[in-house]
Amino acid sequence: MKKKKNKKIGDVIGKNKGKSWLYTGIVKDHFFHPRNVLLDETNYQYDGKGIAGNPLCGDIMALWIKVDPKTQKIKDCKWRTYGCASAISATSMLSVMVTEKGGIAVKKALNLKPQQIIERLGGLPELKFHCSVLGLDALKEAINDYLKNKETK
Amino acid sequence: MKKIYLDYAATTYIDPRVLQKMRPYLTNAYGNASSLYLLGREAKNAIEKAREDVARILGASSQEIIFTGSGTESANMAIYGIAKAYCNQGNHIVVSKIEHKAVLESAKRLEKEGFKITYLNVDSQGIVKLNELKKALNRKTILVSIMYANNEIGAIQPIKEISKIIKKFRRENLLPAFHSDACQAAGASSLRVDELGVDLLTLNGSKIYGPKGIGCLYVSKDYKIKPLIVGGSQEMGLRAGTENTALIVGFSEALKLAEQLRKREGQRLRNLRNYFIKKVLKLIPHCQLNGHSQKRLPNNINLSFDGIEGESLVLKLDQYGISTSTGSACTSTDLTPSHVLLALGVPEDLAHGSLRLTLGRKTTKKDLDYVLKILPKVVGNLRKISAIQL
Repeated sequence: MKKKKNKKIGDVIGKNKGKSWLYTGIVKDHFFHPRNVLLDETNYQYDGKGIAGNPLCGDIMALWIKVDPKTQKIKDCKWRTYGCASAISATSMLSVMVTEKGGIAVKKALNLKPQQIIERLGGLPELKFHCSVLGLDALKEAINDYLKNKETK
Repeated sequence: MKKIYLDYAATTYIDPRVLQKMRPYLTNAYGNASSLYLLGREAKNAIEKAREDVARILGASSQEIIFTGSGTESANMAIYGIAKAYCNQGNHIVVSKIEHKAVLESAKRLEKEGFKITYLNVDSQGIVKLNELKKALNRKTILVSIMYANNEIGAIQPIKEISKIIKKFRRENLLPAFHSDACQAAGASSLRVDELGVDLLTLNGSKIYGPKGIGCLYVSKDYKIKPLIVGGSQEMGLRAGTENTALIVGFSEALKLAEQLRKREGQRLRNLRNYFIKKVLKLIPHCQLNGHSQKRLPNNINLSFDGIEGESLVLKLDQYGISTSTGSACTSTDLTPSHVLLALGVPEDLAHGSLRLTLGRKTTKKDLDYVLKILPKVVGNLRKISAIQL
C-alpha cells in the first residue's frame, strides 16, 4: 500500500483539535509492527508487573519489566494492550523509550510524562492522549511492584 | 491489492445510470429553476418530474415531497418543523434510544428548549418495545420519531404496528405525528407511506447509489411544518435556496433504480449475509452477532469480538484492502462505545469490539470468502497482543 504523506508529524498538540482520524507514520508503524510484545508469559521472568485501564473504557495495558540490580536501569520491557491503534502504538513506543540506549533508571522512568510519548509518536489526536497516559500508569505500577518485591527480598 | 468495500451503509458509489441523468444539469442545463426563460423552465421541469417520480414510489402526491441537503437535514426539519408548528398543542416527543444522531441530537436540542422527550427502550435484538410506546403516548405528545431500519445493526422496526398504535391513540386527532427515518431502509424495504402509515419520512441519496448532499422529506399534506431555512420560496417555501437540479434528478433516478432492484438484490444480499454470518461464527471463537438474526437489513452484519477493540480491527483490515467500520467508536472524535449496542444491553467491552460489514451491489461471494480468510487471522493477531487473554 502506498504510504500517504503525513502532515501531522511533529504535531504534538493536535492542530486539528482531534477531529482528524489520521495517525502519524510513527503511530502506524508501531501499530502494524508493535515492538516488545510479550506473547507468552509462562516462562518470562520479570521483576515487576503493572496493569492499567479497564475493559469498560476500552483500554487495558499490561506491562512487565526487568531491572538491572546494579545500575537500577530497566533492561527489558514487555507489554500487551487491549485497545485502539493509538493505545497499542503508545505502549509500544513507551517500551522502546525505557529500554533504548541501555535503558533508563527506574527513578527516572517514574518521572516520564505523557507528552514525551506523544512527542516521540509525532503527535496523537487530542482525544487519544489518555491512551499514552494509561501506558505510563502501567509502567509506574510495574516499577512500584519491582520496588516492593526488592524490599521483601 | 484487492479492494473490498464493505461499508455500503456509510455511503455508496453513484450508479453510472444516475450520473448519466445528472450530467446535463451539471453542464449545459444550468438554469435557475426560478427563472422564467427557457433555461430556467428546463430546470424547473426536471425538478418537478423528479418530484413526481419520488412521490409515485412513496405512494404520495408531489406537493408532499420536499428536497433537502441531506438525510440529517430532513430529520432535523421533520422534528423541529413539527415541534415548532405544533408547540402550542403539546411539548412531548417520543423517540427510540437507537435513533441516528440526526434525530437524537435534534430531540436533545428541543429538550434544552423545554420540550419533554421520551427515549424508548429496545429489546436485546434492537426492536422497539411496543408496550413502552403505548405507555409513553399522552395528550401532550406531538411527535413520535422511530427509524425504519437501524444504521448500525440493521434492525428493522415494525413501522406498520407502530403506526397502528399511534393511530389508535390519536383517533380523529392530528397529533402525535409519526416520522420515520428511512435512510437505511431505502432499497431494502417498501417505502409506500400509505401502507406504512407514516406522516413524515426521511430519505437521502448517498445510501442508494445516488449523489451525496441530497435528501428528501415526505410530509403528509395533513401537517404543516415550520422551515429551518428561510429565504426564497423554493420547495413550497419550506426550504429556501436555489434548487440543485442535478442532485434532485440524481436522487430521483437512484430511488427509481433502488426500487426496481429491491426484491432481487435484497434476496441476493440476504443469502450472502446469512452465508457470511454462519461461517464467521464457526471460524472465530468468542464472536457474537449483534441485533436480530432475521429482522435486519439484508446487507447488514454487525459482530463483536471478545478481547479486541473495533478501531484496531478496522485499521488492520484496511491494510488488506477491506473497508469496514466500527459501530462502536474509540475513534478520535468519540471515545464512547456505540449508543445502539449499549441500548441492546451489549456489555461495554463487547460494544468497544464491534465491527460492521455492510454489503452492496458489487459484493460477491468471492469477496466474502476473502474476508473470511483474512478476518480470523487479524482477530487472532490482535488477541495475541491483547491484555485481555481469553
